[in-house]
Amino acid sequence: MHFDELIGHLGQHTVDGLSKGAIYALIALGYTLVYGVLRLINFAHSEVFMVGTFAVLILWNQLGVENNPPVGQAILFLVLGLIVAAVASGGTALALERVAYRPLRRKNAPPLIFLITAIGLSLVFVELFGQVLPKLLGGVLPDVFGRPRQIVGMPTIIEQKTLFTIGNTGITNIQLIVFVAAVAMMALLDWFINRTRYGRGVRAVAQNPETAALMGVNQERVIMLIFVLGGIMAGAAALLWSMRFGFTQNSIGFVLGLKAFTAAVLGGIGNLRGALLGGLFLGIVEVYGATLFASNWEDVIAFVVLIVVLMFRPTGLLGESLGRARA
Amino acid sequence: MINKIRSADQRRVTLLTGIGDRWRALTKWQQALGLAAFVAILYYLPLLGIPGLTWLRTDSIQGGNNWAGVLFVCAIYVLVAIGLNVVVGLAGLLDLGYIGFFAIGAYSVALFGSVNSPVVKWIQQEFNLPPTWAVTWAICLFIAIVLTMISGVLLGWPTLRLRGDYLAIVTLGFGEIIRIVARNATGLTNGPVGISAIPGPEGAPSPDNKVFGLIDAKPWYWLAITFVLIMVFLVRRLEHSRVGRAWLAVREDEDAAAVMGVYPFKFKLWAFAIGAALGGLSGFLFGSRNAFIDPTQFNANLSILFVAMVVVGGSGNMIGVSLGAVLLAYLPERFRDFADYRWLVFGLAMVLVMILRPQGLVPSRRRARELSDRAAEAEEVPARV
Repeated sequence: MHFDELIGHLGQHTVDGLSKGAIYALIALGYTLVYGVLRLINFAHSEVFMVGTFAVLILWNQLGVENNPPVGQAILFLVLGLIVAAVASGGTALALERVAYRPLRRKNAPPLIFLITAIGLSLVFVELFGQVLPKLLGGVLPDVFGRPRQIVGMPTIIEQKTLFTIGNTGITNIQLIVFVAAVAMMALLDWFINRTRYGRGVRAVAQNPETAALMGVNQERVIMLIFVLGGIMAGAAALLWSMRFGFTQNSIGFVLGLKAFTAAVLGGIGNLRGALLGGLFLGIVEVYGATLFASNWEDVIAFVVLIVVLMFRPTGLLGESLGRARA
Repeated sequence: MINKIRSADQRRVTLLTGIGDRWRALTKWQQALGLAAFVAILYYLPLLGIPGLTWLRTDSIQGGNNWAGVLFVCAIYVLVAIGLNVVVGLAGLLDLGYIGFFAIGAYSVALFGSVNSPVVKWIQQEFNLPPTWAVTWAICLFIAIVLTMISGVLLGWPTLRLRGDYLAIVTLGFGEIIRIVARNATGLTNGPVGISAIPGPEGAPSPDNKVFGLIDAKPWYWLAITFVLIMVFLVRRLEHSRVGRAWLAVREDEDAAAVMGVYPFKFKLWAFAIGAALGGLSGFLFGSRNAFIDPTQFNANLSILFVAMVVVGGSGNMIGVSLGAVLLAYLPERFRDFADYRWLVFGLAMVLVMILRPQGLVPSRRRARELSDRAAEAEEVPARV
């Protein structure tokens, strides 16, 4: 136990946790949106994120991005990366819905069948990017798919430096960008769901699908919309991840997805603001825990948090609010 | 394409039901004779040399694995499938952390039976025992089963009250926790270094062992298949007992079951404990045959493979899940070109089976009826999401 280390650098650990949690929160939105409307855990959402990171990687690779480009170019690369990742992730999420979930919904399959399908899909995507694409594209994109199942590095777009220091807490430019960008994306989504016509449709279907259909809301379109929105958020998370950590791998989705799911449940699954709160909270708890014990216990901490939350407050911190009231 | 698959599937279903009906029409002694012949074939399999059938053997291809070794793996996977079938198929609880119990079983025999384990070393020191002392294999078997049952109850107690999909994710977390603990708790498990010299029925692995050696896998297969047969018999009896009927009732409608006087939590916990014990037994055999284990052998992909065996085979039906286990363990070994893509194929198989045929290849009749009822309901109320 390293209490001195934790207390001595509490501010630093909090900042680290917040910037980590912001990425969890963005991914958590995908789980929360789909769960809020369909009451379905889209287990394959972690792979939606993974596809996003590969899209960013391929883009930067094709553009021939070098380490530490000048500021103007860096911004261009980031904006292009956001667009490409959002399209790739949103498209993947939509494809999942059309190919797998829609036929199951037609048959009124029990929830566990959805979950098993989602797990199978997740495995398919992991293998697609770990084994099949390297075989097919290994010669075309050697820097991306040259070595199957390997960690692939990305160029550093923004050099990490400490922007300002408060007490003994340093805040780096990357941490600030990640946090601000993530919160901005979420604010945008929150506005979209709560203020626009489409958002009203989403809330209506979440509250009561039959009544919403009677009022002229096109259910299938709402369902497609939430998958795409969740995918776009995962794409944004993928870009921020690529910028901050600078690597990807076919299997990064698994643990990250579980953590994002934990964040969603922690905040109250189905609740958009809950996802933000849950993500940030989980990020902080994880960093504190890793400091207290040792960093190789980090993943255990997230799972223990999940179990404890589900046992004592399964509706999460803010409650499940996007959808109908639940028993 | 999909229609072609569908019609092929229809033919297979008619064939299967035909076989089932004919089997049930046989007299008792004819059935007994049939079973005896089947069991004899099972024991004969590792020696398989009938001309025309040798292509089945995995060592008939270049670089193929030892045939008896592959059969052994099939057998322990069948044990896993039978255990997981109690949890998923009978009680209707999706357990994605089954590898955790498998790992606990394997680690029980390693920690108590191997002279290289920190636990055995500690006991030797405390009680002034000679450095060659370790717990006997048969007692390790007992320890493995007790430990896995306890861990099943410990996991189930807090989590079985959760909704089904939450339970699935929590168990997934459990499987990962077990693996990470095995990796990080170096003082207990030797961490990533792993534990060697895990004993078999004749004690620690050594060249003097006459039957259960490291090279010849046949005795190991015979041992495993014996366990499989005993467990199939026991689980079969359990399925047709009051407990088995309670599981089905809880699976199909928990509230209705509770109203009829079946306490769902109690029976779910039983399913968890019994399933865990079977997983532990399987892990025990795995550790004992391998003679060496480390945490990397118990990753989450295997949990998903286990679930795939059950759902592809036909959850709820013991013949179905056993077939699923054998297929998923055997095919990548026999068809090596496909081994690289096996996880992809397993994933695709899960998705396709769930979309086209959620009751699995060899369905449980009751489960199939329940699913078609739900589909019929969906047609009546098309607006339902």
